[in-house]
Amino acid sequence: MNYRDMSMGELLALAPPGWGGALLDGLWLSLQVAGGGYLLGLVIGMAGAAGKLSGGPVIRDLLACYTTGIRAVPELVLILLLYFAVPEALNRVSAMIGLGEVSIGPFASGIAVIALVQGAYATEVMRGAIRAIPRGQIEAAHSLGMSPAKTFRRITLPAMLPGALPGLSNLWLIATKDTALLAVVGFTELTLAARQAAGATKHHLLFLCAAGVLYLLVSLVSNLFFKALERRATRGMPHG
Amino acid sequence: MAERRLPPHRLLLIAVAVLAITLIALHMRWGWLVDYRDAILDGLWLTLVLLVTTSAAGLLLAIPLGLVQVTGPRPLAWLAQGFCTLIRGTPLLLQIWLLYYGLGSLFPYLPGMRQSWLWPYLIESWPYAFAALTLSFAGYEGEVMRGGFAGVPKGELEAARALGMHPLTILRRIWLPRAVQRVLPTLNGELIIQLKATPLVATIAAVDTYAVFGRIRQETYMVYEPLLLMALIYLVLAGLITLACAALERGWSDDSGSR
Repeated sequence: MNYRDMSMGELLALAPPGWGGALLDGLWLSLQVAGGGYLLGLVIGMAGAAGKLSGGPVIRDLLACYTTGIRAVPELVLILLLYFAVPEALNRVSAMIGLGEVSIGPFASGIAVIALVQGAYATEVMRGAIRAIPRGQIEAAHSLGMSPAKTFRRITLPAMLPGALPGLSNLWLIATKDTALLAVVGFTELTLAARQAAGATKHHLLFLCAAGVLYLLVSLVSNLFFKALERRATRGMPHG
Repeated sequence: MAERRLPPHRLLLIAVAVLAITLIALHMRWGWLVDYRDAILDGLWLTLVLLVTTSAAGLLLAIPLGLVQVTGPRPLAWLAQGFCTLIRGTPLLLQIWLLYYGLGSLFPYLPGMRQSWLWPYLIESWPYAFAALTLSFAGYEGEVMRGGFAGVPKGELEAARALGMHPLTILRRIWLPRAVQRVLPTLNGELIIQLKATPLVATIAAVDTYAVFGRIRQETYMVYEPLLLMALIYLVLAGLITLACAALERGWSDDSGSR
């Protein structure tokens, strides 16, 4: 294929001689991994915040180890650990109890790494937001006989959202950017797709810039979305 | 706090941790450490050099970036804001590759570039690593500095102006020190993020700590040991950064308090 004489439009075209379709496929994979990791991270963060605020001393110490450790080790190292070491360990265990090979695909381990990292940061964000809720509001809910689940859904969650949203929107942006690290273990998300397109066509600058524009669009659109969400969460508040 | 005895559950946790570390030290293979000691130290050195130089250079760039966003002529402010958005909106790995593979592929075609004194540097990978990490740190820290400059109480600046200080003197004596003081608590986190960003330079063939351990893994076919030691090294580095920042913050506030 002679890429040298093709125009920019032809190179970025969606159909095969162009590489636009490959970039969009990469973007879609990136968004899936980021979305999955982010949602799972929110669940971990919620559980972590609950544990840190109302767990026993052992749970609190273990959670402190988790959040400190994860936040101090580079994501790239964590990805390698999860991608190479955990499947190996699982295989040894499953061989010991007589089961077959387990294999964790790049997609699943990508989501797992992002969820673990996001969970550590989300724990801190949510803990701060929950602690900022006036104690009386939750006590009032208890005294009205609400169950813990109902208290959480009706009182804690809406009251913590304004405090947590700026941090959570930041975390989502970090999640989308962290997916790029999966390129290092050969997962064809947007950055690696751009790199492959660049390598095949020798138009390095064009494709890496195109990927950059796509990332930028994602972050700008997410910003608009989170701004709107924040406006909704803080409606009726004095400094909304 | 220090005099109080450790609660029993913490003693138990410490015992478990010590047991795990002893098991890891005794039952895993660590013989390769002797062969690779020099390589690891070299990698560690590059990681530290990159961390220190890029954060220092990034911080210097961040000061004008933050300043023009608060005072600057409109076009400069927009430019600075655009730069910060660009850096913060794209992954660092992409920025590194864009500089190394993208820009790097253009340089040979520039007329006269191969003969210039720059050429020997442009075919190495560390200038690209340095540039990308510096720009990234400047982008994130520029946003933080903007907040720092904007947050200095107006009265202090007005007082300085009323005393007839030159605008540059105000910047040097009042505005900048006060802004830096406000920004200092966030420096710890930013530095740790920068530390965690340095392994990305291994993807453009710069041999830092991460790259050395990658080589060890390939050559020895070991899965756990190199990865665990590498994670430990980064943990220790992050801990050292936190200690240094705490000392710096104490020093800075003592200093400004006594004056």
